[in-house]
Amino acid sequence: MTPLPEPVPDVRLQGITKRYGDVLAVDAIDLEIAQGEFFTMLGPSGSGKTTTLRMIAGFEVPDEGTIELAGEDVSRQPPFDRPVNTVFQDYALFPHMTVEQNVEYGLAVKRVAKAERRARASEALEMVRLGGYGGRKPSQLSGGQRQRVALARAIVNRPKVLLLDEPLGALDLKLRQEMQIELKRIQQEVGITFVYVTHDQEEALTMSDRIAVFNRGRVEQVGPPAVVYEHPRSEFIADFVGVSNVIERGGRRYTVRPEKIHVLGDGDAPQPGARVEEGVVHDVQYVGPVTRYHVTLDGGGELQVLSQNLEETSSEVLASQGRRVRLQWRPEQEAVIVEREEERV
Amino acid sequence: MSELAGDSDVVASSGPGRRLSAFLFRHRRLQLGGLLAGPIGWLAIAYLGSLAVLFLTSLWRLDPFSGKVIHDYGLQNFEELASNPVYRTITIRTVGTAAAVTAACALIAFPIAYYMARIATDRTRRLLVIAVLMPLWASYLVKVYAWQILFQRDGLLDWLLSPFGLSSPFEISGTAEWKQYAAVWITFTYLWLPYMILPVYAGLERIPSSLLEASSDLGGRSGTTFRRVVLPLAFPAVVAGSIFTFSLTLGDYITPQLVSSTQFIGNVVYANVGIANNLPFAAAYATVPVAIMVVYLVVARRLGAFEHV
Repeated sequence: MTPLPEPVPDVRLQGITKRYGDVLAVDAIDLEIAQGEFFTMLGPSGSGKTTTLRMIAGFEVPDEGTIELAGEDVSRQPPFDRPVNTVFQDYALFPHMTVEQNVEYGLAVKRVAKAERRARASEALEMVRLGGYGGRKPSQLSGGQRQRVALARAIVNRPKVLLLDEPLGALDLKLRQEMQIELKRIQQEVGITFVYVTHDQEEALTMSDRIAVFNRGRVEQVGPPAVVYEHPRSEFIADFVGVSNVIERGGRRYTVRPEKIHVLGDGDAPQPGARVEEGVVHDVQYVGPVTRYHVTLDGGGELQVLSQNLEETSSEVLASQGRRVRLQWRPEQEAVIVEREEERV
Repeated sequence: MSELAGDSDVVASSGPGRRLSAFLFRHRRLQLGGLLAGPIGWLAIAYLGSLAVLFLTSLWRLDPFSGKVIHDYGLQNFEELASNPVYRTITIRTVGTAAAVTAACALIAFPIAYYMARIATDRTRRLLVIAVLMPLWASYLVKVYAWQILFQRDGLLDWLLSPFGLSSPFEISGTAEWKQYAAVWITFTYLWLPYMILPVYAGLERIPSSLLEASSDLGGRSGTTFRRVVLPLAFPAVVAGSIFTFSLTLGDYITPQLVSSTQFIGNVVYANVGIANNLPFAAAYATVPVAIMVVYLVVARRLGAFEHV
């Protein structure tokens, strides 16, 4: 699934730093993004992910470090000379132009012949399933449709890298999930490198080939979704990408994902080699297909357990509040926390 | 405590003010009607009413012997305006000056407004807004007289230029008419500039910066972005400002009187009301700027000036 690293990455950031007054927005970031990769920069607001994206686009100039696109240093180039295009969070469609004029804008500015412009614009609109909408004004479109126009306006220029700044942030949940699949399809169809900024961990896990988790202007971990999710390097990532579930045993801090933990029945013997902890259920949340148990452990700490409601009814599930339970999981599901939050400030 | 609360409840629900509020809350249209009756009545009677009277008056005529107004309806005043070359010249002069003033205001206002809206720091922006508004606090007459002193023979400009053997390119009275027009044009441009700067500033400020970024992201250099994005989006604001500068110039008669010896529509209207006592003719000439503004607004609408505002 993950493309092999190539000799010349499409995007290479080396020691990128950006300050706003006293605030260190981006702190010496190094990243390499391979050709054709769907790369996500995930992090809470103010973590530096959007600033990093804007530096790749050219809207911000890094105070230190270099940005290379396909091996070429573009650190000092203005946005209009860079082979990248951006899908903006607010779409930034030109309100005085039709959909078609919006999509053709980049080509018109570069003096592409009218016939070719038309053909490429309608091809791009077909790709985002908006064929026939060319004559409308952006104000006549729904949020989801505008989002697609913004996407078409960017990919029609066939950029080396497409930058997406929380493009689905303004859409409602259903539409967002549809667009996630759609974006992934389009990315595979055009084969352009996508650099995607989001604060939504589910979105990041769904679409990405690799994820970089941002925190306080730094990248805490880079890796495929499964690795970031199952083996978070830091407590911050464990918490941000999922739920924290960190316990300390014998001087070792580790995290276990809630769905990997099983609640043992009263008479059940634990599997050989499994870790077992006893505790009290202090909260139960029934969430339709699953139930979330919050268990206070006798050995100290608290764990969340996610269990599928295959057999149990909601009343059976809710009745477990206050009961003593035994939890078990396989040791290989544990992820040792390498960095502690307090160590790095 | 509960007793107190109970008491206040009783008082609240039984008070006449409370009951009226509750009644109006249930009858929203009545509330709206009550609020708007005054302003709309004022607009209808004082504004549209007087406009209707103006139109009616313009159709009457003056008996040349008795000097009395004859209440017959006819277009004779408008025929006179159209056929007499003196009035034709004055109309063209007034409209031409209004257009020239509007163009000058737009050209001067745009860079200032652009700087205020998109480049200046918050502090500078506030200072500039005050600087733009400040002239509006000073009396109109004081400002026009100031220009008169600048322009008049042996005035400030003449005095400043005389050491170089030059004389002022402006004149308040004299044979060179274009020197007078220049004086009127400059004075009007100065007077109405804030009315252009403020709408253009507001219009430019409303353009999201992401649109400018999007343009440059798509390959547009500054010039292209300005031509294809900023200018079309700011155009409605320029038209809004031009409505002020154009109509204010059309209606003014004091400035031409003080910084020139030429006549504008307003001067003719003034002379006919006061000296000649030909109210119907004054009314007829006064409808001309109104008609021109109607045409202007229709054209502005055609140009899309009132879209995406």
